[in-house]
Amino acid sequence: MTLIVDHLHVQHGAITAIEDLSFTIEPGELVTIIGSNGAGKTTLLRALSGLIPTASGSASWNGQSILGRRAEDLVRHGIVHVSEGKAVIPELTVAENLELGGIWRKDKADIALATSEVLELFPRLGERMKQGADTLSGGERQMLAIGRAMIARPELLLLDEPSLGLAPLIIEQIFSAIDALRERHGLTVVLVEQNAISALGIADRGIIINLGKFVTSGSSASLLSDPTLRAAYLGF
Amino acid sequence: MKRNGPATRFLISLGIGAILLFASGHVDELRAYQGAQVAIYAIAIASIVLLTGFSGQISLGHGALMAVGGYAAVIAQIHWHLPYPLTFLIGGLAGALAGYVLGIAAARLRGPYLAGTTLALAVGLPSLANQFHILGGEQGLPFDVGTAPNWIGKEFTQYRWFFWVAVTAALAIFWLLRNLLSTRYGRRWRAVRSNPTAAALAGIDIAKAKVLAFTLSSAVAGLSGALFAMLLGLVAPLAFTLILSFTLVTGAVLAGVSNLGGSIVGALVLVAIPELSNVVATHLGGSDRVTANLPGVVTSVLLIVTVLLAPNGPKIPRRRK
Amino acid sequence: MATFFNTILVGISSGSIYALMSLSLVLVWRSTRVVNFAAAGQAVLSTYLGYEAMSRLHNYWLSLPIAVIAGALISALVESCVMRPLAKRSKGTAVESIAPVIATLGILGLIRGVAGLIWGNTFLQYTSPLSSKGFTIGHTTIPFSPLNAAIVIGAAIVLAIFAAIFRFTRLGLALRAASFQPEISRLSGIRVDQIRTIGWAFAGAAGALAGALVTPTAYLSPNSLDLLLVSGFVAAVIGGLESLIGAVVGGLVLGVGFAFILQYIGTQVTFSAAFIILIIVLFIRPQGIFGRGGSREA
Repeated sequence: MTLIVDHLHVQHGAITAIEDLSFTIEPGELVTIIGSNGAGKTTLLRALSGLIPTASGSASWNGQSILGRRAEDLVRHGIVHVSEGKAVIPELTVAENLELGGIWRKDKADIALATSEVLELFPRLGERMKQGADTLSGGERQMLAIGRAMIARPELLLLDEPSLGLAPLIIEQIFSAIDALRERHGLTVVLVEQNAISALGIADRGIIINLGKFVTSGSSASLLSDPTLRAAYLGF
Repeated sequence: MKRNGPATRFLISLGIGAILLFASGHVDELRAYQGAQVAIYAIAIASIVLLTGFSGQISLGHGALMAVGGYAAVIAQIHWHLPYPLTFLIGGLAGALAGYVLGIAAARLRGPYLAGTTLALAVGLPSLANQFHILGGEQGLPFDVGTAPNWIGKEFTQYRWFFWVAVTAALAIFWLLRNLLSTRYGRRWRAVRSNPTAAALAGIDIAKAKVLAFTLSSAVAGLSGALFAMLLGLVAPLAFTLILSFTLVTGAVLAGVSNLGGSIVGALVLVAIPELSNVVATHLGGSDRVTANLPGVVTSVLLIVTVLLAPNGPKIPRRRK
Repeated sequence: MATFFNTILVGISSGSIYALMSLSLVLVWRSTRVVNFAAAGQAVLSTYLGYEAMSRLHNYWLSLPIAVIAGALISALVESCVMRPLAKRSKGTAVESIAPVIATLGILGLIRGVAGLIWGNTFLQYTSPLSSKGFTIGHTTIPFSPLNAAIVIGAAIVLAIFAAIFRFTRLGLALRAASFQPEISRLSGIRVDQIRTIGWAFAGAAGALAGALVTPTAYLSPNSLDLLLVSGFVAAVIGGLESLIGAVVGGLVLGVGFAFILQYIGTQVTFSAAFIILIIVLFIRPQGIFGRGGSREA
């Protein structure tokens, strides 16, 4: 259950979005990828989940190469990506959005179990099941997106800036939910965040990238206590 | 292509015209007729290139606009007894008028909505002729432009004369359009086509540019319709079917939808296909069924293949200063 | 008064056909954001195949499902062999919205030509065992025959089936999700490409049913469904291209509208009427009756 990224290179037209990036994530780790805007964090997730092609390099999960595969296939291998911007479908109801999580799965009993776990964790969703997803607040949409992802029973969860545009209280709620989920299911989580403080708060490790290149990585504690790093990349 | 000024282009056109005139005396009637067809199709396709390739609007109804021009020209001759060169101009003006009205509607529509609306036009407009007696009903109205004037010579046959008229018109139109497209109007249209938001921000009045393009395109189409009527000797609803509109769009796509010069290539292909299909059909036994349908199949396959392999058209529009 | 009701009856019958064709167009639009101008052509081809089945099996009721299945298969073929590769190739280019229009036109021409090659351009008769003589109530004959009844019932059944699929099944949810947000759908494990093909298959089935139901009232030839194409499009615009219910309502509204125009003005105007109605709708309420608003941008 290891994610190994090796000399990854991603082009975005004429721009090099990710250059020679290598890192390893051990099973069960919650690693946060931080860096300023445009650092390539979102591109990295999109490359790992099969949404965009890569130029060179390799990436493997569980010993199997994941590059060049389609996103919908990778979901079936346990890689679930919650894209940025509150990835819900506003035209569908909350219940239908949750249903999407298990739509490719056959084990109805397990889907029901997973759904009730999600509703336990995010009771506000349970109150709004029949409402259109467009009536939800930002925080509720993020919960819905994460809930949907969990119903897909991921092994590797890729989260793209879940805190974006949310109030601090909600961010706390969501982050502690992520942490709880990780604990309960033994998930491996890659958390891309601009909000470095909160992210490092729940992460085991952080990887800093800038302009598509690897800068450094270390335990959350060490990153938070390094003043130069903090000033340069963490913004405080 | 070198940067030619209007005067140079005029001389070139004159030269081409002279060559064609000379050549037309040495081919048989069928070729002269087909030559006229090519010239007329080229004009009609150019109107599509202007509209789609340059201002990014699609029309599936240019056959109907040709009908407008054709009918206007014929009526002008029958009721006002105008000499035929003037009737051609009337055809163009009528087309322009229809295009202006249509263009105002079209400026608010995009993509499939515009396509569908022009499609409805293509189906709806020609059948209007059945309604009004003045338009001749189903049989249509005859259009007789007479034979070549005496001072040209006795050997000038009817079709050769048509060929010459059509080619002159085509050269004139192409010269006009080429010059127009290198002015700021051409640049505006190209800006509107490639990025309307940016164009709007740059201060270009998008609606106005689109309407202008539509009006002009329809004028050219109307003119080609009048010439078409000349060639057929009549106007009737059946001469301007939906297939005609599709054929024009096909010709434009085959040639490269932003390429003005390509209109001639497109026209050549369109006239050549039925001709070649006939040859093939005769070899295959020559049944009516094959001759009637094979050209359509070939054209359609060509169209699908072209748009699949080169969605932007075979030629890349050259960048102009 | 009798004429008024008769006109409405006629309108409902023809409107059901428009509703089916409009549904076909909306299904394709919803799943791939393309207007399938070849829809009528596909319907004609399916009807020809139904006709062949009819000639061999001598059973109209068997030929119907055959035509429908043929329509679904043809449509799926068109989507996977032409439209899907085209979408991938033209993504991001200047002709992105025009290329599919051209492609569907090419397919329309191709189908017509092939149909002409195989069956000829003469008018064929696709007979239905149902009578086209109107029902008699008391002493009056209303212009609503068993054939018309079959049309309305057939259309209603199909619509109900589609509505049920979309509302209550996983497939329906996947179809809807993929049409709204293809990327999120992919990330949820939905095979969006295949779903789109299925959407087209449904559309092909709807169009084929329209063709098979309406053709017995007229004749079969490669061009016989041209007016249906335009009417289907106008009906879809009236209802709002986004909505399946709208497709049906639009079809019925158009059908009744045409019936009144036919009754009180005359046959010749029908083609032009379609155009005029379209322009009026696009000016007054461009998003259609059930549309969500916003300009008529693709």
